[in-house]
Amino acid sequence: METLLAVDSLSVSFPVGDHWVPVVRGVSLDVGAGEFVGLVGESGSGKSMTAYAILRLVPDPGRITGGRILLDGEDLLGLSDARMRSVRGARIGMIFQEPMTALNPVFTVGFQITEAVRVHHRVSKREAELEAVRLLDLVAIPAARQRLEDYPHQLSGGQRQRVMIAIALASKPDLLIADEPTTALDVTIQAQILELLERLRRELGLAVLLITHDLAVVAETCARVVVMYAGQVVEEAPVETLFAAPAHPYTRGLLTAAPGLGRPGARGELATIPGQVPEMARLPTGCAFHPRCSEVMDECARENPDVYPLSSEHRARCFLHGTPASRSEAS
Amino acid sequence: MTPLLEVRDLRKHFPVRRGLLQRVTGHVKALDGVSLDLASGECFALVGESGSGKTTFGRCVLRLEEPTSGVVRFQGEDLLALSPAELRERRRHFQVVFQDPYGSLNPRMRIQSILSEPLEVHDTVPETERAERIEELLTLVGLTKDAGRRFPHEFSGGQRQRIGIARALAPEPSLLVADEPVSALDVSVRAQIINLLVDLQNRFGLTMIFIAHDLAVVEQTADRVGVMYLGRIVELGATRDIFAAPQHPYTVSLLSAVPVADPARRRDRILLEGEPPSPLSPPPGCPFHPRCPIAKDRCRQEEPALTGSTDSRQVACHYPGELEPEGLGLSANGTF
Repeated sequence: METLLAVDSLSVSFPVGDHWVPVVRGVSLDVGAGEFVGLVGESGSGKSMTAYAILRLVPDPGRITGGRILLDGEDLLGLSDARMRSVRGARIGMIFQEPMTALNPVFTVGFQITEAVRVHHRVSKREAELEAVRLLDLVAIPAARQRLEDYPHQLSGGQRQRVMIAIALASKPDLLIADEPTTALDVTIQAQILELLERLRRELGLAVLLITHDLAVVAETCARVVVMYAGQVVEEAPVETLFAAPAHPYTRGLLTAAPGLGRPGARGELATIPGQVPEMARLPTGCAFHPRCSEVMDECARENPDVYPLSSEHRARCFLHGTPASRSEAS
Repeated sequence: MTPLLEVRDLRKHFPVRRGLLQRVTGHVKALDGVSLDLASGECFALVGESGSGKTTFGRCVLRLEEPTSGVVRFQGEDLLALSPAELRERRRHFQVVFQDPYGSLNPRMRIQSILSEPLEVHDTVPETERAERIEELLTLVGLTKDAGRRFPHEFSGGQRQRIGIARALAPEPSLLVADEPVSALDVSVRAQIINLLVDLQNRFGLTMIFIAHDLAVVEQTADRVGVMYLGRIVELGATRDIFAAPQHPYTVSLLSAVPVADPARRRDRILLEGEPPSPLSPPPGCPFHPRCPIAKDRCRQEEPALTGSTDSRQVACHYPGELEPEGLGLSANGTF
């Protein structure tokens, strides 16, 4: 598979008082053309900030402090603001968790979709309207032509998310970044939206980077998963490998702590990860996960592990799978 | 044995007003005839999607909201007939834990004041022993004793939910309503809070109504489950039975829609078409028929009643069990 997006050692920091606190710490990840990749983490893991950074939309006063973001080999961080605006939308679309806040409440759905179409393509108003109907059909909104006259508040949450997806698709992007697109939706509607994203990937060859806190959602949809903790990638693997043989203790903890239907040990004590996610301004020394880790070793408190390969497709940031740099240099 | 809580035909209709004169033009039937018995020490889960009426049920049972009609008996006493003063006195026996741990604690109060309030209101602990009791409560929910001197913003979401639980337990209630207590929390913290609730329930013989939209959480905690759709209970039974062999097509589809954390079991879901209808104008006949994959003519005309023996399984469907999970790959390996 051809690499569409390559993020290399990306760092993002925010000023707190008189120093900078890193919230994304050297994240590297790839998305292939037409690939469905999951970016998983809890709140504060830096997963959403990574997505914003890919679009160069890090909110002020945050700054991208290092790394490269290559889209088809072109470094987005080197583009002028004007060039970046045309990449955003035209080549990368984005949808958010709360579609109500992303849609403008005072304009009709039709106006907002045709506007998106006309920003990216030189077409007449009529043609843009036809395209809007086609897009609404594509995202399976029934009676598309009538819906053009509706205002966002007249639609249900699931339909608003479909409209957001239609707007994101107006420019025919290669990559869709979906930030918790189903978290605010009911479970039967969530299933519909996930099914829709998978169908769009299949039919349009769209690559999808799905940002979520829910491993079960990842298991249902993604081909490959990247797990983040405290601003870093801690594990990356094909979805089957990650669930069958998770290598990082944090991933293992997440998998056993998430209540799942019909999992062994149902109706009993759930396994937990003790403690809580650390604050980025007060990260522990060494591996950020070591105070909560069940397999902690001496070196974990002293030194942050590198990412070690377990196979060509599987890597994990943990000393269980590699030797500390200090020791390997000494030997 | 008399049940701790008896609910009979509970209804809550919100009037919808329109126009200049604010005339009542219709009613949203948020709760449309729910009956239920809870045994002492039981954990009962109420599940459903947004708008199903599960939260309204919890609020009406606690009389945080006045029901339109129906009966709520707590330890044999009719709660709806109580005067405000009597109700306040009885409230110490039934407490609530809210979904939002950020919105339900007063940001200007220290934790010790938050926990002291229910003790003062209900006067269950003499003033001289209150400080000791607060420390005891903090330890009980897994916080350190010095947490009492701090303010809510100094705590994470999970810790705040622990404080919310400690506050609910302060007057030593026998019934606890937990309304989506873990939905706002991170995955790794969710399990801690669920374990805490189950542990406290066992230790104090609490009766619990656990309101949730997440079926996976319910499977781990509840003895019995009620599934709600458009203000009615459509299926009710022992958790194990409901999850092993759901009878109502809505329950079957709901279970099928839950994503499973196992890519090897990625399966063909039953994708429900459309969305729940507006409770303002529920469809005639069975409220689920417009989305039901097996709806027949009878379902469009006649509303099914919740039938079956009250102590086992009850289903409100003309054709229970006809939408089978087996054919949909749900029970491929014996469970799901």
